[in-house]
Amino acid sequence: MSISVREGWTVLHGMLFGAGFLLAFSGGLVGLYSLREEWMTKEGVKERLTKLKIGLWASAAIAWATVISGSYIVYPWYRLQDATSPRSILLANPQTAAWHTFGMEWKEHVGWLAPIAATVVAFAVSYYGPILAKKTGERRALAIFFILAFATAAIAGVFGAFINKVAPLQ
Amino acid sequence: MTTQTMNDERPNGPVASALVAAGLGSATIGLMTVLAEASATIKNALNWWAPAGPLSGKTSLGVIVFFVSWIALHLTFRGRNVRFSRAATIAFILLVVGLLATFPPFFELFAAE
Repeated sequence: MSISVREGWTVLHGMLFGAGFLLAFSGGLVGLYSLREEWMTKEGVKERLTKLKIGLWASAAIAWATVISGSYIVYPWYRLQDATSPRSILLANPQTAAWHTFGMEWKEHVGWLAPIAATVVAFAVSYYGPILAKKTGERRALAIFFILAFATAAIAGVFGAFINKVAPLQ
Repeated sequence: MTTQTMNDERPNGPVASALVAAGLGSATIGLMTVLAEASATIKNALNWWAPAGPLSGKTSLGVIVFFVSWIALHLTFRGRNVRFSRAATIAFILLVVGLLATFPPFFELFAAE
């Protein structure tokens, strides 16, 4: 049982960082949605907020780690010019070329929107603190941003998983 | 009670600034993706780190625009209230521009001959 350095980084990028962000999303969204003064006591809001801030900042950090490790460690191996790189293998066959021309091309760009959106959500929750529970419009805008962060990360994650299945990085 | 009142009056400028900056950063990544597709010169200019190719320039520029515009907007609006719904709408539109412009069937419309 062994794993190469490239396979190890691919697992770290996709299964730990990427999947970690996607898992953390549900907790963050529920926290944002339920942070309403009519549903919680002042003490409840404060207690919930501490966990929410930690969770959102951790999500943003994981999202940054995902895109940086993906673009600057894994992607250079993926796009190597030799015939055995995943990119070359996918493009060599017309039946698999779209995994690169559509899947990888979309994934490599759109994934970067996730950490940007997640960071401002974490900042906004930290900035407002307990009074966010009274601000319906702001909470709604932050929820939309967080959902978009999830959607872009999910697109990147799903295509990453499929591409690595069709042409594994070894 | 006083502290609570002060908290309630916390200006929304910094949050509006952060959201718009996120939109600007996202739209920049999208715009660079389209421009790199349309022009080989721009594509080469965005090749900041050869192993990652033009992706390095597109995304780095987007991240730089995000953080620099956030700082600039934050310093401008930090003590002020703005129309939050308008700022959020602008930010959302910019984010959608970023989403659309990074979608391959869209940016390939601008592919150089």
